[in-house]
Amino acid sequence: MARISAGVTTSHVPAIAAAIDLQKTADPYWAPIFKGFEFSKKWMAEHRPDVAIVIYNDHASAFDATIFPTFAIGCADEYLPADEGWGRRPVPVVKGHAELACHIAQNLILDEFDMTVVNRMDVDHGLTVPLNNLFGHPGPDEAWPVRVIPLPVNVIQYPPPTGKRCYALGQALRRAVESYPEDLNVVVFGTGGMSHQLQGTRAGLINREWDTRFLDLLTEDQVALSRKEHLEYVREAGSEGIELVMWLAMRGALNDTVKEVYRFYHVPCSNTALGHIILENG
Amino acid sequence: MTEPRLSTYLDEFEDIPGTQVFNTFRSRQGFNLNQFCMSLMKEENRTAFKANEVDYLKDWTLTAAQHDAVLARDYTAMMREGGNIYFLSKLFSTDGQSYLVAVATMTGMSQADYQQMMLSGGRNPKGVRSKKNPEL
Repeated sequence: MARISAGVTTSHVPAIAAAIDLQKTADPYWAPIFKGFEFSKKWMAEHRPDVAIVIYNDHASAFDATIFPTFAIGCADEYLPADEGWGRRPVPVVKGHAELACHIAQNLILDEFDMTVVNRMDVDHGLTVPLNNLFGHPGPDEAWPVRVIPLPVNVIQYPPPTGKRCYALGQALRRAVESYPEDLNVVVFGTGGMSHQLQGTRAGLINREWDTRFLDLLTEDQVALSRKEHLEYVREAGSEGIELVMWLAMRGALNDTVKEVYRFYHVPCSNTALGHIILENG
Repeated sequence: MTEPRLSTYLDEFEDIPGTQVFNTFRSRQGFNLNQFCMSLMKEENRTAFKANEVDYLKDWTLTAAQHDAVLARDYTAMMREGGNIYFLSKLFSTDGQSYLVAVATMTGMSQADYQQMMLSGGRNPKGVRSKKNPEL
């Protein structure tokens, strides 16, 4: 059967995409950020997952203002990098795993998570930056070494789903994956965060203490973490820090007890506190 | 039960200084503005917009306040008129601007001061958590 072996979280800051695409990764500003993922890329190369389920948010790319699906899942064979205002990113086309995705989508709905099924969409920096962080920087004519199931969550239009609901989605996701008969090694990504605010006079907010506690609680007490209310996220981690609810969906898909094998935290990455963690199922 | 719970939920965010939550009411208010921004995801539309901004905006039935805010690149005003940063990013990307630069324009700080603040660890949350309790 398919099994989830590990979870990864990482911020998905668009400036990382620009730094890669404009070949600035060795600049003094960017070098420490890319260095922070060196271990992670080695770990991923050794871990060799067949499929990555990437929980992320679309940033008004595939979905415009006509529709804000709370939970969606991509069931397509492939996804093109989106044109977010400066042309499509020069990264490989993202290859899906339609059969597993359809299996998961249907099981989630029967498990009372009413997913929006997406048969065609482009994927933006929210998905391609995490792939870069963990799988390196292949060019547009190369291939990502993993098949991907995109799982977009609305965190743009309030109210987004609660942390508790995201955590429960992760638990249902695990049940769905484990009922798939083929032997597949699956990793789950939770992306976005950490503290950042991209609007108003409070823009630039960073809360290292709160972020650190959030990272600690992912292994120490994820159930308590899942009960945090939106108000606390916005007050303490900024209006865009709300993306962190997606990390709880990743966490719900893992064992109750997990091992933290790597952590990286860096300020600043553009307007954002960059956070990254790797958790293995024991 | 539903209505009191929702209004409490929405009201509580109003206590956070310098912050506006993009709820479904604001999404309605900003729909045309945000959809105009979405149109800039196509190269031919970016070219047409840059060639004549006023002409291009005629197709989008913006309010006068939205229209003027776009032409002035006043991101604070665009947010107030229902814009959302991820939609507005298509506009500043068309201008060749980064999130860092566009976001800084809303803070009242100079670009240099904002970028220095970020390099020094970002904006400290102390004092900007609550309007009611500035000591927090």
